[in-house]
Amino acid sequence: MVRRRSRAPGYRAQQWAAWAFLLPLVAYLLAFYAYPLYRNLDLSLRDYTVRSFVRGGAPFTGLANYRRIVDDPTFVPALTHTVVFTLASLVFQFGFGLALAVFFHQHFRLSATLRALFLVPWLLPLIVSASTWSWMLNSEAGVVNTVVRAAGGDPVNWLTSPGWSLVSVTVANVWIGIPFNLVLLYSGLQGISPQLYEAAALDGAGGWQRFWRLTLPLLRPVSAITLLLGLVYTLKVLDVIWIMTRGGPADSSTTFATWSYQLGFGSLLPRFGPGAAVGNLLIVAALAFGLVYIRLQRRQQGAA
Amino acid sequence: MRSLATSRRAVGVTLAVLVAVTSAACSRSDNSPGGAAAGGTYTIWDPYPQFDNSSDWVKLLTTCGSQAGVSVKRTGYDTTDLTSKALLAAQQGNSPDVLIVDNPVVSTLAEAGVLATTEDTKLDTSAISPNLVAAGQVGGKTYGVPIGANTLALYYNKAVLAAAGVDPTAVTDWAALTAALAKVTATGKKGITFSAIGTEEGSFQFLPWFWGSGAQLSTLDSAGGVAALSLWTDWLAKKYAPNSVINNTQTTSWQEFATGQYAFAENGTWQLANAKKTGFEYGIIPIPAKEGGTAPAPTGGEFVTIPVQRQSDRYGTARKLVDCLTSSDNLLATDTTLSYIAPTEAVQAAQAAKNPELRVWIDAVKAAKGRTGDNLGTKYPKISEPLWKAVQSALSGSQSPQAALSSAQSAAAAATK
Repeated sequence: MVRRRSRAPGYRAQQWAAWAFLLPLVAYLLAFYAYPLYRNLDLSLRDYTVRSFVRGGAPFTGLANYRRIVDDPTFVPALTHTVVFTLASLVFQFGFGLALAVFFHQHFRLSATLRALFLVPWLLPLIVSASTWSWMLNSEAGVVNTVVRAAGGDPVNWLTSPGWSLVSVTVANVWIGIPFNLVLLYSGLQGISPQLYEAAALDGAGGWQRFWRLTLPLLRPVSAITLLLGLVYTLKVLDVIWIMTRGGPADSSTTFATWSYQLGFGSLLPRFGPGAAVGNLLIVAALAFGLVYIRLQRRQQGAA
Repeated sequence: MRSLATSRRAVGVTLAVLVAVTSAACSRSDNSPGGAAAGGTYTIWDPYPQFDNSSDWVKLLTTCGSQAGVSVKRTGYDTTDLTSKALLAAQQGNSPDVLIVDNPVVSTLAEAGVLATTEDTKLDTSAISPNLVAAGQVGGKTYGVPIGANTLALYYNKAVLAAAGVDPTAVTDWAALTAALAKVTATGKKGITFSAIGTEEGSFQFLPWFWGSGAQLSTLDSAGGVAALSLWTDWLAKKYAPNSVINNTQTTSWQEFATGQYAFAENGTWQLANAKKTGFEYGIIPIPAKEGGTAPAPTGGEFVTIPVQRQSDRYGTARKLVDCLTSSDNLLATDTTLSYIAPTEAVQAAQAAKNPELRVWIDAVKAAKGRTGDNLGTKYPKISEPLWKAVQSALSGSQSPQAALSSAQSAAAAATK
């Protein structure tokens, strides 16, 4: 450090080089992160009509768009659905993912093949898996109702009744999200030293005790990031719901993500302002949970 | 050490220059989309992604381009994406030279100032049927030329109706249709399929019944409107129509009809080609109005428009392209490919001569009504969305038809205030 400062010209040149290296990244961040965010904020704070969207000059209306969406009859259902959809997805994805990760950690024969098979939902394009689910759950011709009928039950309108549509899209989303949880948690399990398990076994801990006393606490950092990533991902799930139900019938599976899309692109007359406002609420929610995560992580590190 | 620093600096400077050059290049191409001189490249956007470069449609575009002495760059978008794509392009000043859009969108794009009037572009629309060109008119100005029209009617399965003892020609009002559905259902077949999805398609399919009851879009919760929605709701309750209609697009609804299990399907002109592939005998009747007669169905189909350009000298060539696409010979070819009805009497006659089966559709198109007509214009989208939501609420049983339409009316009234 000291030696460099004594050679001022060389140091300055290095500084320039450093800035030149930084420049592409900064330009990239500005163009692809800062500017879209700024535009989205700007859209949500102005009263855009199609005309002013094209020609400019939309009047600044402050929080009017936000007030409008909060007063909208769709707001409360969309909020409830978003919370229910996200929580249910997280709980079941994580639960199944963890169970499968522990299961595959036993290294039995064919476990690698089976594990690879479980990744299929993650590899399929969302439009394929969502279309497949919507076909399977079709009231008339769907395979699920065919099975229900064969078993002597009454067919259920999985996607077209207000009581079931949210359940159906949540189930589909859980199915898609399990592999993600499985992979992360499995790699977390591999990071736990086998000697700990040996020691616990010698101390007389049973399988159940080893899971609760060893696996779960040692997986905590991996679990936290898995849940956070899952949360951010689930909050903005749009394609699955849109393809399966369009948020319907009658808003019964509308979340903030589908509502925002519906406002901005789902009708003949785009309402970019309110659509952007709903999108911004989602960003704020994701950001809030990100901050909670950082806080937790700090506390953990402080404790360690 | 010294040489390392120099080379590092060199790399940095190179990178910086690269970034500067690429961003300059990008911004240049953004600002002047068709900046090329005469000849040059003209862009065309259409909502027919089903046609690839080997299709007759794209070949026609290329031919029209070479006749006008330019090369054509064509992009096909999904029709639901095209509105926002066109608006964004106009905002950034790189609209295509020719834009083909769904007819109810024309008034919205015109309102946004995206489209040039036919006065500016000197397009001739005098040969077009007035009820078809109406969808492209706002405030006395015309913003495009229809390339073809389609509308809705009822396809029926001859064998299913014969087995149930139903005479399709006697289905001339709602009561007769419902009675026919009851007979068909009694034989173990299924009654009718349509599309009531929560998008514009749902409103499009509901409108013939809505208008056929005498209701007007300005009052959604009139007695007629409630009667139309009750008709659909009762069909679902009595299992004359499957519950899946709530999520059906017009394509999935057609797939249900194509299974051969359904007596009727409400669908459009564009399914004619598929109807021949179903492997069973089919017929077509107009959608009946409540008290008898033909219900006005909404007109579907696209308009060829010329978006506003900064250099107005581009309009001349764009007009040549549009004239080529809408010339009688090409209209006949295009509308045959799209399975549409031509917008001019002359070409309609040619179509009927070639294929007498089209007669029923030509009549239906003549009786059809633009969605943005009745002076609704850009208000139509704000009415259509509450309408399809009401249809979904009633069919899924979350609200009664009366309650659903009442709340739709207050939502529409608030939105169009």
